[in-house]
Amino acid sequence: MPHYGVFITDPMVLGSDVMIVLASVGIVAALTFFRRWGWLWREWLTTVDHKKIGIMYLIAAVLMLFRGGVDAEMMRTQLALPNMNFLNAEHYDEVFTTHGTIMILFMAMPFIFALFNVVVPLQIGARDVAFPYLNAISFWLFFLAAMLLNISFVIGGSPDAGWTSYPPLSGLQFSPGPGENYYLLSLQITGIGSMATGINFLITILKMRAPGMKLMDMPLFTWSVLAACILIIFAFPALTIALALLLLDRVLGTDFFTMLHGGNPMMFINLFWIWGHPEVYIVILPAFGVFSEVISTFSRKTIFGYKSMVFALMAISIVGFLTWVHHFFVMGAGADVNTFFAIATMIIAIPTGVKVFNWLFTMYRGRIRLTMPMWWTLAFIPCFAIGGATGVMLAVAPADYQYHNSYFLIAHFHQVLIGGTVFGMFAGMYYWWPKMFGVILDSKWSKWAFWLFNIGFYVCFMPQYALGFMGMTRRIYTYSAGLGWTAPNFISTIGAYMMGVGFVFMVVDIVHSFVKGQRDLTGDPWDGRTLEWSLPSPAPHYNFATLPKITGRDVWWAVKQGELPKTDVLPDEKRLRPIHMPKNSGMPVIMGVFFFIAGVGLVFGVLPLDIIGGLGVAFAMFKRSFDYNTDYFVPVDEVVHTETALGRLQA
Amino acid sequence: MSSYADDVRGAHGTAAAHAVGSSHGDIHVDYPDRAPEYQTEDGSLKITGFWVFLGTDLILFACLFATFVILRTHTAGGPTGKELFDVRGFTEETFILLTSSFTGGLATFEMHRGKKFRVIGWLIVTALLGMAFVSLEVNEFVKYALEGATIQRSAFLSAFFTLVGTHGSHVSVGILWMISIIIQVAVKGINPITARKVFIVNLYWHFLDVVWVFLFTVVYLMGVM
Repeated sequence: MPHYGVFITDPMVLGSDVMIVLASVGIVAALTFFRRWGWLWREWLTTVDHKKIGIMYLIAAVLMLFRGGVDAEMMRTQLALPNMNFLNAEHYDEVFTTHGTIMILFMAMPFIFALFNVVVPLQIGARDVAFPYLNAISFWLFFLAAMLLNISFVIGGSPDAGWTSYPPLSGLQFSPGPGENYYLLSLQITGIGSMATGINFLITILKMRAPGMKLMDMPLFTWSVLAACILIIFAFPALTIALALLLLDRVLGTDFFTMLHGGNPMMFINLFWIWGHPEVYIVILPAFGVFSEVISTFSRKTIFGYKSMVFALMAISIVGFLTWVHHFFVMGAGADVNTFFAIATMIIAIPTGVKVFNWLFTMYRGRIRLTMPMWWTLAFIPCFAIGGATGVMLAVAPADYQYHNSYFLIAHFHQVLIGGTVFGMFAGMYYWWPKMFGVILDSKWSKWAFWLFNIGFYVCFMPQYALGFMGMTRRIYTYSAGLGWTAPNFISTIGAYMMGVGFVFMVVDIVHSFVKGQRDLTGDPWDGRTLEWSLPSPAPHYNFATLPKITGRDVWWAVKQGELPKTDVLPDEKRLRPIHMPKNSGMPVIMGVFFFIAGVGLVFGVLPLDIIGGLGVAFAMFKRSFDYNTDYFVPVDEVVHTETALGRLQA
Repeated sequence: MSSYADDVRGAHGTAAAHAVGSSHGDIHVDYPDRAPEYQTEDGSLKITGFWVFLGTDLILFACLFATFVILRTHTAGGPTGKELFDVRGFTEETFILLTSSFTGGLATFEMHRGKKFRVIGWLIVTALLGMAFVSLEVNEFVKYALEGATIQRSAFLSAFFTLVGTHGSHVSVGILWMISIIIQVAVKGINPITARKVFIVNLYWHFLDVVWVFLFTVVYLMGVM
């Protein structure tokens, strides 16, 4: 029978148990001491304000970046020298599995959602997202799913079949115990939230733009979110099915992917990558959107080739669905199938190249300012170019038979995911930090973090391309001396430590900024072009006192140039009316907790917990359905008071 | 977007001007000349959002269909569809479900005419037909299981029970949902909010009918052929 031990005696696990308990006690004590429980509940846990939800996503993403990063450092420590005993094989398997899972689903996804939430409504001149209550549900499903995956490390055992969890390895026969259940359920729960976010922002962008804003007037970040939402809507159902069927195999004994009774494991792999490949575009396209905003703002130029940028986003989001088989060219599908998917994969490089050239042409003859967002953007371009080139190498199906599952592949996808998504999210974080917190994040600490992380990146991953060619495969936990792998591995580990130190500097930078950082009193610290910079930092909860009037792209820039009247975008006293807003609600977080309870019940096969969780979710839905008192009006007086205090009202 | 009356749009782009003195008590109406479910900006957004949700659900079923089509011949020496499926049984199920879609449509029709009790009546008929469908399906499943054709028997049966069962559980959820809406219409009458709910639950119900047509064809008809 599976090993369902609750507390493992492994000293590292025990240590983390103790740390978690101490941290929890500390948080509870601090909240009680400073009498902050009510504030936490009213202002944050029950909020439906997209800006606050965005900040909560950001905090969670950075925490998960830390967790996934610690996993990475542990792996690199284990691989630094041959025959290391820092981690045993089982522990190593758990660590690489949770590293991948957390980085994709609990770091990259919430990071892009943080920017969706903070930026999109402000950029399109909306007062909120289309479904604010659903937005809160999405966040809490993500957050409690992340907690569910994280407790696996201390209770019951972590998943250890890789972040892709291919059956039959991840099936009951070869992975008994609750580990894989944790993986399947936490992904399923966060997946529901992600799907809802996709729908929410699609409708927000299509239906809630300020009067006069045509699709082709939208800022490119908003366009990139639209493209990512389309991908989410079409891709996530495939993940839902892949996970559900594997869970049925494990808990109900069905035969979808077993080696007996006619099951077919390749079916899982196809379903998984029908989601998994678009997923890499889901997390990269918003980064492309960030780069477009940053380069245009800090070159003081309109983006070059706006229409081709939009076309490239859409082309990537469509062709991205036709490439999934390149993750398993060795499946044995035959030359015809492999050729189709190889060519489709290579085609993606064309619109991506269009985007990169447009960014370069935007900078050409621009008046470039080297701020932190710009540094991360500039670092992205060569990094992504190398990653793209190795990607085309991998797309060559015959050559892929050599690279498959080697460190060459590991180096490639880290190069595009870190060099693309992570750099992009950092650029976005630095760029919109003043809008979120009213503080500018740009100090010597930021620079140190940037250089350590960047140089560390190349030191870490360049040797891994070589290791791939030298025959080192992924997911091995140790190797013997004399293979020639020692030096590259050792160098790679040094690079990983540098990136770790870079991350610590970034955290110091953030803390430092709140204490001594430069306040942004203008609302427009970068001399921006798009609507979010027409608002104070942070924006009032209703965003826009009067909705802006849109007559083209970059209207805020046009207003600042004197080409349009100020009343087009700034609050206009004559047009003030009561503002319709949604009320806060505790139901989303309560629903998340019940999902969590049901998840724990399913992980361990405890029926009463499943029933409590399921009934709780149903109860929350019924309760909400019968609640007709869900919104209110902000009176004009209050708006006048707020806007006058900010000195913004135009008579 | 020519007139600047749009200025007054709120969080949901709603016009506050109608907030007071509308014919629906404290529910503010943005577009009094539209059908009730579209009279608030919020309702209209939710209907559009629900269409997109149905799109995701369609893809979910498409993945299950793909799995079924791949595995339908993987019977591992166990019973095949041809041996199991009873033409009379699945024809009855089809007839009942398609009829329920029609009665659900009648509920929407009566809602547009403002007939509260007829709306409730037709929704009850629809929910009852849905229950009849689910109970026939449960009967069918139990019968197969007693014959040894369980979900664990073969990959074909795993795919069959999961695909058909997912549809059945959607119908079951739809029934519970419909009951909650029947209560709300009974208590609150027809207003823009309840109208939107009746409209959306019917969209969902029709969608399940469409999925069933594919199930009927791909699973049952192709199964007995």
